[in-house]
Amino acid sequence: MEVSILDYGMGNIKSIINALEYLDARPEVVDDPGDLDGERIIIPGVGAFGDAMKRLEFFRDKVRELGESGVPILGICLGLQVLFESSEECPTAEGLGILGGRVVRVDTELDLPHIGWNSLEILRRDSPLFKGVQNGYVYYANSYHAEPEGDLKTALSEYGGEITASVQEGNIFGTQFHPEKSGELGLKILENFLEV
Amino acid sequence: MLSKRIIPCLDCDLGVPEGRVVKGVEFENLKASGKPTFLAEKYYKAGADEIVFLDITASKQKRETMTRVVEKTSEKVFVPLTVGGGIRSVEDARKLFNSGADKITINTGALENPDLVNKISNMFGSQATVVAIDAKRRSVDSLEGSSDLVSVETEDGEVWYESSFYGGSKFTGRDSIKWAKDVEARGAGEILLTSMDRDGTTDGFDIPLTEKVSRELSIPVIASGGCGNPEHIYEMFEETGASAALAASIFHYERYTIGEVKDFLEERGIPIRK
Repeated sequence: MEVSILDYGMGNIKSIINALEYLDARPEVVDDPGDLDGERIIIPGVGAFGDAMKRLEFFRDKVRELGESGVPILGICLGLQVLFESSEECPTAEGLGILGGRVVRVDTELDLPHIGWNSLEILRRDSPLFKGVQNGYVYYANSYHAEPEGDLKTALSEYGGEITASVQEGNIFGTQFHPEKSGELGLKILENFLEV
Repeated sequence: MLSKRIIPCLDCDLGVPEGRVVKGVEFENLKASGKPTFLAEKYYKAGADEIVFLDITASKQKRETMTRVVEKTSEKVFVPLTVGGGIRSVEDARKLFNSGADKITINTGALENPDLVNKISNMFGSQATVVAIDAKRRSVDSLEGSSDLVSVETEDGEVWYESSFYGGSKFTGRDSIKWAKDVEARGAGEILLTSMDRDGTTDGFDIPLTEKVSRELSIPVIASGGCGNPEHIYEMFEETGASAALAASIFHYERYTIGEVKDFLEERGIPIRK
């Protein structure tokens, strides 16, 4: 299966390529909206929301169009956050707005960024990403997280307060954690995305 | 709740084909203990929370860093992979990220050019920017009259810590605790803190050093140097704010498996990923 990985210059995508190849998918790194023709789309990203939206502007219409046509899309970490309407991190930047809600700073007394392995509490077992996945640990590196509208939240983690671990609305998925760096559990989640 | 991380460290000599992992006793007397790619995969499967590769020959002999080893390893290891040794520029860092490193760690490059920390952090994110600090205890006599040194109470009395570079062979005169705060402000996402006094001794971590740095900073601290058994890791997590324990010889010489260490910690109530 061909998977388009959006390359918009926000961080390292080699780990995602490695994980997909390990799962026998064919990752295709795409830096032009015209080439977004994979059966799945992954939006990666680390860094700041404002920078990301500037660089993603180019992809905005195409990604929204493909999302509406039913192509499964997975946003990872910052790639999840850009799916929403806006972020406290850069209030002037407009998100892709594919999902309803906004991104806020993690409300906690504990140190930020939140780096390391945190336990995943699955809220929606019927979400296809969690088929055959048990509660376990996943790897994070974030200071912000999504505050989705409605019941889009499919899993959470505790860090002196709740962190939105993952979201889903139809064919649109997001994980705040890094499945490509979360051991066997993370690989299973990516494999599930390929089978959606 | 965040788990405490257990991180095997592979000190690599890349002077032979495919490299070999060595573990120094106080940074000298290098002994071979396996191929980096093979060991990394073995530790990943055994439950390591992260893998650290340090090219210990790079600074000394100005060798190119370990692009090929990183490429091969990252195809099979799906936990964070941190790579250091000889990184002196954004370009050096970029090569490693493009090969599959998730984080890079810099010591000499940062001490010689502190702006490198800002640059790498701005370019690749703080979560990918680890600063390694090799700290050596110094007698407090030399503290007199200096406001640039932080004294720490230890079992040897009051000491200050001096940062070292070039693989432990040269000293900077720079206070390690102040340096740690400086690099945090510059955008470092984590500190890899090695006690040079304990490294290779298996006498346990330098608790006062680890406690001081983890308390003064709000970014995660990885404690390193001196781990000889699971009790040492337990003691360190109990008495300091460190987020992770780095160890080499106890795993390389198969004195304990990662699973045994994790069982030991879990039985004593330390949050651990299993």
